[in-house]
Amino acid sequence: MSWLSDDALSRLRSAASAPDLSGTRYRLLGEIGRGGMSTVFLAEDPSLGRRVALKVLDVPDETGDLAARLGREARILARLEHPGIAPVHEVGRLPDGRVYYAMKFVSGPRLDAYAASSATLAERLRLFQRILEAVAFAHDRGVLHRDLKPENIMVGPFGEVLVMDWGLAKQLEAPADPLADLPASRGHTGHGAVLGTPGYMAPEQARGEVASLDVRTDVFALGAVLLHLLGGRTPAPLLAICRKAMADAPAERYPSALALHADVDRYLDGRRVEAYPEGPGRKAARLYARHRIAFWLIVTYLVVRGSLLFFGGR
Amino acid sequence: MADDASQAGGGIFPATGWSAIEAARSPDPDERRRALDRIVAVYWRPVYKYLRARHRRNRDDAQDLTQEFFASLVGRGTLETYDPSRARLRTFLRGCVDALVANAERDARRLKRGGGTSPLSLEFELAEGELARSGLPAPERSDDFFEKEWIRSLFSSAVSQLRAECAAQGKPAHFALFERYDLDDANPRPTYSDLARELGLTPSDVTNYLAAARREFRRIVLELLRQTTASEAEFRREARSLLGHAPE
Repeated sequence: MSWLSDDALSRLRSAASAPDLSGTRYRLLGEIGRGGMSTVFLAEDPSLGRRVALKVLDVPDETGDLAARLGREARILARLEHPGIAPVHEVGRLPDGRVYYAMKFVSGPRLDAYAASSATLAERLRLFQRILEAVAFAHDRGVLHRDLKPENIMVGPFGEVLVMDWGLAKQLEAPADPLADLPASRGHTGHGAVLGTPGYMAPEQARGEVASLDVRTDVFALGAVLLHLLGGRTPAPLLAICRKAMADAPAERYPSALALHADVDRYLDGRRVEAYPEGPGRKAARLYARHRIAFWLIVTYLVVRGSLLFFGGR
Repeated sequence: MADDASQAGGGIFPATGWSAIEAARSPDPDERRRALDRIVAVYWRPVYKYLRARHRRNRDDAQDLTQEFFASLVGRGTLETYDPSRARLRTFLRGCVDALVANAERDARRLKRGGGTSPLSLEFELAEGELARSGLPAPERSDDFFEKEWIRSLFSSAVSQLRAECAAQGKPAHFALFERYDLDDANPRPTYSDLARELGLTPSDVTNYLAAARREFRRIVLELLRQTTASEAEFRREARSLLGHAPE
């Protein structure tokens, strides 16, 4: 028996664990990352010259539930044609039985890595608004994400965002379209199941109150995402926005992702932030910050005018 | 040699769903012996090297203790005490080796060469040659070393079986490609085009043959893993640990 070097062991381990793509249109290029239940590989579709990300479920699927879930996720995503939502190209099963889907490959950091970058506060807020726009679009189509967190958001090279991993997505109302044949509330989207990520999960989601979830559940997670994105240098009005988005009671949160977007807009424009009550002092400080140049122009004008009057009158 | 492909190949056990651990508890002595062969094939080198690395035993002592260890596994019912819900098999075996060494140190009257049973035919010189290449790790790193050597031994058995299968099925090019691309440490790595020229194949054949050989290698690894684990849960846990996912 020949000696297997450490390098050979490493290659064999990769060879034995890599997905067998024979019978698919894809050619394996490498591994991108591993999650709790799946591994994402980089593959190429030679017929289109296109790189794709292949998400392969690592767990056995004896009952077919996972395949159904992945198919469901793909069909939800097929309805969400938005530049901020990663499109799924295909769902299938590998020769070894594992279920996969092919989606758009995005080269860029995840939001958690972006948050550690040197991006300015304004850049971070505009990026966050693009996330809000994608999520608001999904909400408008009746889809909750339910697992929004920095690890599920990619940032492209031009500052574009892609909201990924819609595996826990929930259709809010009974659709009158091809989604109608989806298995209703089974397995991972079942009643009472606690699904999501601690720290980003709204209290009602953590309690497993599936029936009471609505867009405000995602608003909570978005507030947590904003907090993460801002890091430790959060101005008070932005902190107030995060607090409002992450209020324990859904009724106290922003009613929609767009309402949250609007408040962030107000902050960026130097207008009064809805989540941040202002006394006269805070209002004056905000107005001063917003109209600083005009303020000093007026002051200068008044000083000059006053001086002319004073000295001219002599 | 216990890990020879003729022993590792099909025919001794059904292809799947049969555990050597279960067979080792059979009342039929022949079945127990065959089961032991399978366990020995995967574990003798990790055990021997562990004795050399962790317990710093000299060659003769390590050889004696290895023989005694495997004799005790089935002959004295050590394996019957294994509970897969409490530990992985290799963790259990490593613990048994430690216990054996501790007992041997207390009991100077220890019987040599497996306590009177026929010694196994193990190529200790081969294991020594491998140790000379890899070097002995520090004793405190020997748990990881045992795990790594277990993987090396498992994969080595699988490679031997793959070689035998490819030869038996008239597919020497499949194994040649697998050997050149996945086993050889050539630097720089050959490209598919290099291999196609070298073996007189088309690049498409290289892709397909290599994929088929890897698929078969994976199947053999999983089969060996299934045979050397005691429960479905342990098998899946080991497969996930080794390959990153649990198989169907």
